[in-house]
Amino acid sequence: MSSVTPLLEVSSLSKHFGAVRALHDVSMKVHPGEVVALAGDNGAGKTTLIKAISGVFRPTSGEVKLKGEPVSFTTPQEARDKGIETIYQDLALADNLTIGGNIFLGREPMRRAFGFLPVLDRKKMADAARTTMAMLDFHVSRTEAPVSNFSGGQRQAVAIGRAVYWDAQVLIMDEPTAALGVPEQRKVISLIKQLKTQGRGVIFISHNLQDIFAVSDRIIVLRRGVMAGERKISETTHDEVVKLMVGG
Amino acid sequence: MTASDTQSPTDATDGRPQADHADRAKTLVQRIADLRAWLFLLALILGFEVWARVSFGGTFILNPFNLQSIAVFAVAPLLLATGQTFVIISGGIDLSLGFIMGLAAVVAAHAINALTPGFGMPTAVLLGFLIAVLVAAIPGTINGLLVSRLRVPPFIGTLGMFGVARGVAFLLAGGTTVPVSNSFFAMIGNGRFMSVPYIVIITAIFVLIMHYLLSQTRFGQHNYAIGANVQAARRAGIDIKSHLLRLYILSACCAGLGGVLYSARFNAGAAQAGEPLLLDSVAAVVIGGASLFGGSGTIIGTVAGAFVIAVIQYGLVFVNVEPFWQFISVGVVIIISVLIDQAQRRFSGGRQDE
Ligand SMILES: Nc1ncnc2c1ncn2[C@@H]1O[C@H](COP(=O)(O)OP(=O)(O)O)[C@@H](O)[C@H]1O
Ligand SMILES: [Mg+2]
Repeated sequence: MSSVTPLLEVSSLSKHFGAVRALHDVSMKVHPGEVVALAGDNGAGKTTLIKAISGVFRPTSGEVKLKGEPVSFTTPQEARDKGIETIYQDLALADNLTIGGNIFLGREPMRRAFGFLPVLDRKKMADAARTTMAMLDFHVSRTEAPVSNFSGGQRQAVAIGRAVYWDAQVLIMDEPTAALGVPEQRKVISLIKQLKTQGRGVIFISHNLQDIFAVSDRIIVLRRGVMAGERKISETTHDEVVKLMVGG
Repeated sequence: MTASDTQSPTDATDGRPQADHADRAKTLVQRIADLRAWLFLLALILGFEVWARVSFGGTFILNPFNLQSIAVFAVAPLLLATGQTFVIISGGIDLSLGFIMGLAAVVAAHAINALTPGFGMPTAVLLGFLIAVLVAAIPGTINGLLVSRLRVPPFIGTLGMFGVARGVAFLLAGGTTVPVSNSFFAMIGNGRFMSVPYIVIITAIFVLIMHYLLSQTRFGQHNYAIGANVQAARRAGIDIKSHLLRLYILSACCAGLGGVLYSARFNAGAAQAGEPLLLDSVAAVVIGGASLFGGSGTIIGTVAGAFVIAVIQYGLVFVNVEPFWQFISVGVVIIISVLIDQAQRRFSGGRQDE
């Protein structure tokens, strides 16, 4: 694996808020088709790390490389344009729009009606919704229904589908299963597996060790802003991870 | 210790990998709810028709004069309601529309009077129309800037503009109405094409364009998204500030057109032209199925809502009921509409897993 250029490489990243060292000297890599879990107690710096990667915060120091190229984002939009997509906990969906409407929000395709009148290309949006969601093993027949009609896991799939449609290479998910019931959590885990088989990189923040062990290749544990350890999932145990998290 | 604190499996969830059945039923309910204003309108018309036949053996709706009167009656409230629909869908409200309409009516009257000698009648009307709409756009721009840049809540910002536009309109009118002497303008305001009043035709075309704008363009799509979830719209890269600015300018221009048509119809501009229409405009939007919380509503629904109000107001006069019943009836209809909206939300809007 290490011979391949990583999709994402973070070196010695630090982020200080005044005197608060929210993140200090953290390094990590994500390879294509790899799921990396970020774990750690509340306030460990997980959210700060992904925000520094995705352009929400400028890091105080350190470097982020995307496919070997150093990058420096000033806005999340820039990160997204380069293929780093963050799926926020609240999913950032417009509930009153269709799946297609959400996938294309802000970059809607247009067509010419009667040869001159520009109108939204709803057919293209619906088709894209259907094929993209099918890639995630979620088969929709009612493409004109607003996403408020769907369940939590399905809505998660819509948010992920939007990233997939725009060809995100690195997907960052902050606690994607936290607000879901058990069957829906399984659905999200299988979504992440789909992303993996498509060769995308996934950074997956979770408190749930069950989920982490079900889907991740590696786990990085943060504690009070520093790396407490990094393990291959196949070579570690729940116990060891918990010890890394709480220290001692 | 931390592993379990974010876990909250809800028993209510049954996964529902294909939610198609529930989904289909919900969409059907939504469809019917979307049409409720039209069903309501139909019921109202039938009611008045029965009343007219039973009590004096006449017809209500089959009488072309009644139809014309209702349509003319609906013009101004519908124009205000069209702009209001966009604003309410975005999650805002525009309280200044009534007096922006009055301002435009007065400006149109003055401008046409001033320009008629130099430019001739039709050109003066065209220029007067443009000037009035441009002047109406000024308070709209200020509303937009207040809401988008200075983050003033729409209710407050447009309430302030309500006062400003009102004062300016009365000052410009010198406290009275401003008569217009331009027979071309009067002809537009009162003439007909195949017995359909010109102002009704103009309004219909305009409303059609606004329907297109809301339902078929990015501007309309973004307006819905902003009303449902500003955060999502912002993250999707939509420029919220510029959208809101254009939105309030648009609604002011709708009121501007309303003001010009008012002046044409009455051959005079009056600052209070739109005074009673603001609440009618909000009522039309709500009866038409929009939610005051934003995110939903259509121009087609608003058209029905405006006609519901017009039919109630005109119909009660027609069947000779004391005019004060209008207020009561329109009030009751508004309340019923909101109750239906809430019931529908509870039934079909709520996600099962939350
Ligand atoms: N914008 C901010 N300003 C100041 N301190 C912050 C800010 N964001 C996070 N922090 C601090 O950084 C530390 C790490 O927070 P965070 O990354 O949210 O942790 P986690 O996501 O692992 O729970 C915490 O001590 C938090 O208080
Ligand atoms: Mg966090």
